[in-house]
This record gives sequence, C-alpha cells and structure tokens, in this order.
Amino acid sequence: MKLTLHVWRQKNAGDRGRFVTYAAPDISPDMSFLEMLDVVNEALVAKGEDPIAFDHDCREGICGMCGMMINGEAHGPRRATTACQLHMRTFRDGDQITIEPWRADAFPVVKDLVVDRTAFDRIIAAGGFITARAGSAPDGNAISVPKTAADLAMDAAACIGCGACVAACPNASAMLFTAAKVSHLGLLPQGQPERHARVRSMVAQMDREGFGTCTNHFECEAACPKAISVRFIARMNRDYLTATVTDRGAPASAEGGTG
Amino acid sequence: MIELRSQIPEGPIERKWEKHRFEMKLVNPANKRKHTIIVVGSGLAGASTAASLAELGYNVKCYCYQDSPRRAHSIAAQGGINAAKNYQNDGDSVFRLFYDTVKGGDYRSREANVHRLAELSVEIIDQCVAQGVPFAREYGGLLANRSFGGAQVSRTFYARGQTGQQLLLGAYQALERQIGLGKVAMFPRHEMLELVLVDGKARGIVTRDMVSGAIESHAGDAVVLGTGGYGNVFYLATYCKGANATAIWRAYKKGAAFANPCFTQIHPTCIPVTGEHQSKLTLMSESLRNDGRIWVPKKAKDPRPPNQIPEEERDYYLERQYPSFGNLVPRDVASRAAKRVCDEGRGVGPGGYGVYLDFADAIKRLGVTVIQEKYGNLFEMYERITAENPYQVPMRIYPATHYTMGGLWVDYNLMSTIPGLHVIGEANFSDHGANRLGASALMQGLADGYFVMPYTMGHYLASNKLESVTADHAAFKEAEARVAERVRRLLGIGGERSVDSFHRELGRIMWEYCGMARNEKGLKAALEKIPALREQFWREAKVPGENEELNQSLEKAGRVADFLELGELVCLDALERRESCGGHFREEFQTPDGEARRDDEHFSHVAAWEYAGESRRPIRHVEPLHFEYVHPSQRSYK
Repeated sequence: MKLTLHVWRQKNAGDRGRFVTYAAPDISPDMSFLEMLDVVNEALVAKGEDPIAFDHDCREGICGMCGMMINGEAHGPRRATTACQLHMRTFRDGDQITIEPWRADAFPVVKDLVVDRTAFDRIIAAGGFITARAGSAPDGNAISVPKTAADLAMDAAACIGCGACVAACPNASAMLFTAAKVSHLGLLPQGQPERHARVRSMVAQMDREGFGTCTNHFECEAACPKAISVRFIARMNRDYLTATVTDRGAPASAEGGTG
Repeated sequence: MIELRSQIPEGPIERKWEKHRFEMKLVNPANKRKHTIIVVGSGLAGASTAASLAELGYNVKCYCYQDSPRRAHSIAAQGGINAAKNYQNDGDSVFRLFYDTVKGGDYRSREANVHRLAELSVEIIDQCVAQGVPFAREYGGLLANRSFGGAQVSRTFYARGQTGQQLLLGAYQALERQIGLGKVAMFPRHEMLELVLVDGKARGIVTRDMVSGAIESHAGDAVVLGTGGYGNVFYLATYCKGANATAIWRAYKKGAAFANPCFTQIHPTCIPVTGEHQSKLTLMSESLRNDGRIWVPKKAKDPRPPNQIPEEERDYYLERQYPSFGNLVPRDVASRAAKRVCDEGRGVGPGGYGVYLDFADAIKRLGVTVIQEKYGNLFEMYERITAENPYQVPMRIYPATHYTMGGLWVDYNLMSTIPGLHVIGEANFSDHGANRLGASALMQGLADGYFVMPYTMGHYLASNKLESVTADHAAFKEAEARVAERVRRLLGIGGERSVDSFHRELGRIMWEYCGMARNEKGLKAALEKIPALREQFWREAKVPGENEELNQSLEKAGRVADFLELGELVCLDALERRESCGGHFREEFQTPDGEARRDDEHFSHVAAWEYAGESRRPIRHVEPLHFEYVHPSQRSYK
C-alpha cells in the first residue's frame, strides 16, 4: 500500500507545533498502525531526521499507553479497537491519513503524539480504590457477590485508561473514565463503605484537573476501545447526587488523598 | 568473591515461613517513617511492594518508565492466578500446588521458596477480592475456578481474559491511594540507569527523566527491583515493547549474581509471525487449550484449508503422544511438540510455522454462547490481528518467547548478593525453576509484594546499621557521571544503521541458537556472533537527537546495548548447563522419545554468574538444590 501521512510534529510542550506530510510508500496490510509508524520512523532515522514520538507499550490493546487521533477519530475508524490493534487492511491504497495527539487542556502535549495523562492517575489517587491493607482481608468467599454484579463491575473495570473518551468528547470530559471506576467499585459489596466519599472525591478531582462536563454527546462510548457504556455515567451521577444529599457537610474523603 | 547463602530457615517445610516470620526482626512503628525505600518498577510485584511498604509507614519512592504505573506489562496476563483454596473440592491443597510447581519447574527451584509461594497463594486471593478485583463468579455468588495448563485440579481464579489487568489495577489503586496520602512519591517516565552502592550496600539509583533528559540521583535505605524479565533479548516476544533488562543488568555489573539466565520460557500459544515488519508477538491465553484441540495435517505440505481436511487425516499430536494430559501438557512440552511437527514439514499457514488450535468440537459440545462467554475477547483479539474468524476457522498458533525464569539471584528474603538490593517478581530467579506453570507468575509477583517484602524489608533495616546517606554523596556523583558519559557515547556513535535493526539481528541469533532447542555447536556460534554484533553496534549504530528532550531512539539504544551483553550471558549459561531441563532443551541430552533428559547428578543446582569485569569471562557459582519433599523423577505427562 502507498499512503500519505499528515502528522502533528511538536518538539516539546512549549513549541507551537505543525503538520508535516510524509509519504509511506511500502506498507503491508498485515501491519498494525503502530508498525506502520515504525516503518516511517526507520526511514526518518535513515535520513537523519527526528522520528515521530508516540506512546506505546504492550501492543496488544490492554496497557492503554497508545492513542492518537487518526483522521479525526480517537484510535482510528475501527470500533472498540486501540491504535496498536488497528491493522492497515482497514485503510485503502492511496489513502491520506491525518494523525494528531489527544487534544484536551488536561492532557498537555509532551512531544509530537505524546501527551501527559497523569491527571487520570490523580483522579484515581483521590478515591478510585477500596481501602484494604495487605494482610487484613477476610476469606475470598466470605462475602458472596451476585454474578450479575460481578459481571457488570467487570464491564466497567475493563477501562484501560487510554484517554480516548476525553479526546473524543467535544468538552474534553473525563466522565466516562471516572464513571467506569466509580461503577466498578460501587457495584461490589466490598466497595460500599467508601462509596459516597469515593464519588465525591473523584468528581472533585476531575473538576480540578480541568476536564469539561458531560452534555450527552456519547462520543466517548463510540471511541472507547473497550466499548464501555455511557450508562455508567448515569450511575455515577446517581451516586453523586445521593452522596451530596446524604453526606451534606461531611468532608469528601475521610482518609483518601487529594492527588 | 560472592557467596550464595540462601538463608533457608530450619525446620519442616510447612513451618519454615511461619518460624522465619517470628524470628525476623521488626522495625518499631515510629521508626518506619524514618526509612525511605526505593522501588523500581510498578507491575504486580513493584506496585504491591510499594503500596504495602507505604501502608506499614515507610516512605517509598517508586519509578516506572511508562507514563503511569498502571501500564506495566503484568496488565497483559490473560489466563489467571493460581491459589490452593480447594474451593472446588477436587483434591487441591497447599502441598499439591507446591508439588506441581516444583515438578513443573523440572526440579530446578528451591523447595522452601516454592512452598512459601503455595502457602501465600491463598492470602493473595483474599487480598485481591477485598480490593474489589472482579473475579469471575458462579451463580451463587462464590468465586469461580478453571483448570489451567499443566494442572489436574481447578485452582485458577480469573477475571474474563483480563486477570492480569484486574490484579494490576488492584495493586495500582492501592499504590495511588498511598500516593494521594503522600507516603509514596511516584516518578513516571523515569528510567533507572545506575545502581548506587555506599559501603557495599545498595543505597540508591540514578535515573534519567525521559521527558527532560535530566540525570538525577535518588538515595534511600534499600532498593527493590521489580523490573520484570529479559525476554526482549529475543526481539520478537510477547513482552511489551519497553520491557528491558537495564535495571537488573546495572545491578549485575555492580555485583549482584545473575542466576540461571538460560531458563527462558517459550509459550506455545502465540499468533504466528507474518512478516519482517513484525514488532512483537501476541499471546493467546493458554486457557484456550482447555477447550481447543491442537492438530496438524498428517501429510506434510498439505495444501487444503483446515475445514477440508477430514478427521482421519488430522494428527492431534498432543492427545496422541500425551494421552493423560493431552492438550494441557506444560508449556515447554507443548512448544517443543509444535516445533517438531513444523520441522517435519507439517506446519500450517504462511511460512509453515504454525499449528491449528481448533474450537469446532468445543462449539459443538458447549454451544457458541458458552465459548463466547469464556473466550470472547480472545477470539476478537485474534480476529483483529489476523482477519480470520476463529468461530469458523481454527486459530493458527506458534510458540514465542514469553517469560524468563532466570533473573537476579536472591536468598529466601528476596535479597540479592548485594546487601540491601532486593529483587522481586520476574526479575528474580527464585520460584519457577526451569519452567513456569501457567497462572503462577501473577501469584509470585503478588506474593513477593504483599506478603514477603513487608516482612523481609523490616528485617533487613532492623539488622543493619545504616548511616544516613544523601544524593550528594560522592558515590552518586560518580554514578551520575558514568550515566552521562554513557548517554554521550550512545549519541555520538554516528553510524548509519538503526538501533532496531541491531535488536532484530540479536533476536534472530538468540532464537536460532538459544531458542526452543539448543546445542553446543550453535551456542558456540552464538557466542562468537553476539560480541561481533555488539562491537558493530558501538561503531555503526545511529542514535539521532539529543539528551535534553523526549528521545525514544536514545532510550531504545541504551536498552539494546544492554541486551547485546546479556544475550551473551544467556548463551554462556546454556552452553555450560549440559543437560536438558524445563525450557532449556539441549539436543544432546534427550530421551529416546525426544523428551528432556535431566542430569541430576551434575546439574541439580542453581548457576549464579558473577560479573568479572569488561571482556572477562564471568564466574559461575553454584547453589546446590536439595529435594526433601518432592523427589526428582523424569517428568511424565503421558
């Protein structure tokens, strides 16, 4: 395949950045999208140019490290697929492909296609956990968990934290990411004691990081490589409302950090 | 000269850990906050260690090269985690898990370590359930289990095909909680490039900030490495692209012995290679072997598509050769069998290096819905990569490098031969012998982190008088200068050839001569080719860019430079171990029917290599292994 790429190049956070066009003349349809970029980079290195920086690690769709806008879509055109699992057979010979980093105030560009997503870690640090010190746990079967609850919790827990939801959202909202963790833990009996404090702390941190709000475009679900449902956002909103009404006056979190 | 003191406690095996826990010294709660522990790596082992030590009150600094600790490659483990809960009432026990693991490791692991692992397995499940890990459940709400490669009981706990992800997120969340509380300082996008010793003890590290290029020193009272395995020395592997041996290699060059480097695991069920551009190999969970049947055509070079090959012309070779274990034989046995049939010309798919993993019978027996529920995400992943639908056509699989049982030598307390340097998870050598059984890597990582390090770290700190050391100490300045010099050298090579091409070539040498089957002639050839390639690297590689920026070429170059040294040690160890055992198959040492033939008389030991200086042959030390409870026998899965 012969392709033409328009790639966002930005030397560092302070640089303004611009699109640069590259020819990718010898691409096999069996390559993954990232392997295609590897080939382009090899050619750039051979010419003595700076290769395109992009984040990636597991290359099997689970670590959540890769992610880029491909022709305006987070992770590209294929549904429920990360960029590393997107294969070039999805494209046609002669295609023009535009590649950009995630765009969101809360995800500043580090270089080229690499962005800083540590805001997500701070949301988890604010309350995305169940406090369970090593050594203090009861027997695994001491508390039974209905299969339906465990399965639904797993649907939410499948989030890989890639940030596609934020990148796809016109408001750069992190509601799907936050709701997935709130729902995963809130659906399980083990997650009940901290349920209200958790949702309040996480939402407060999400706001502090500068993510936008949800106005029901549902682009997040469409872009999510794990197809996480927007219904979890409704669940989080319900939890948040209950928490603010019932815990009025109490601090958001008794012990959890503030990120 | 190093000494290998395993520190295994006295007493009957089932009492050793309990006795040791009582005998170890404790650090007073008020004193814990005066200690700083450095943890490198944030996978299952690193994250659980960092979180647990912080929960106890220690100050922890944790480092990872990814943008977040949640990315570590433990996340990619699919199948599950073993625990001797015996919830299924099918005859499991701590002793049986211990027995299976020692036998599965082909009698090249320490009995005491493995027994402790089996004991702790039970607590790991409890801990993870309490953290909210959404393990698979039965309709009554209790935990579900499945059987997994090489085990005849159902002791594997799982969360769909994403067990590693869910366990890692549990540990990551515990870690983030401690970060939020200020007990852990997290350093993402930082790579450890040097270990710093003061008075012979590990007291800190030097890192490179991968965004700014800043070379920085970090001091502490002890260092823990949970930096994973070195399988990327083969280039094509199921590892993540960033996985590297730099941290353990720096430690090795500082005096930490490297144990059994030739014990590498080739996983039987990976998606076959499609071309030169291939950057990594993807594993298909071993759990697929519970329902899938492995076969090749009886006839060599059979051109027909699989669905047109009638039943009687198929060779279900594992079921034929190993009737009692069938498709569930351990990984090393299954991998070699696949290689054998492909070498006979009966392999399938482009290039002929593949075998079928067929679900047609399972779909007939259980229905599509059940198969979808069990393996849906794996089937989807396969379809994405190959554009073939495994519900209709059998999958094609082939073995690939997956895990390294070898690693830095540690004693029973998980401390290396350098005082204060602890090594956990895949980075150490301790529990899996010559072959790791399925669903036991996750178990080991978490056992080390949640339940071993919290005790043994306290013991180390309480038994050693540690002078206060800061990053201004001369040893740190010296190490920083060495790191800066190395970076300068890499950027200044000024050749024409890309770093990746060197890595690929090293991988080809390793796979060819030190892969699934090894022999003296091949290993000797590799021991000539690797140093030559290394020399060429330092002359002809091209590393563009500069240090003071995000420079992924520079990162890669440093890692490949280390692999070019480590590959040689792997081959040397493989050459010196003149027997076959587990994943180490020497063609000269096999039974008449082609199985691995151990030599217990001469090789029932751990080989631990000591660095002897640049271009000097490392020194091979030996820790003898004693088997009091599981008596070595020829492994038989027939």
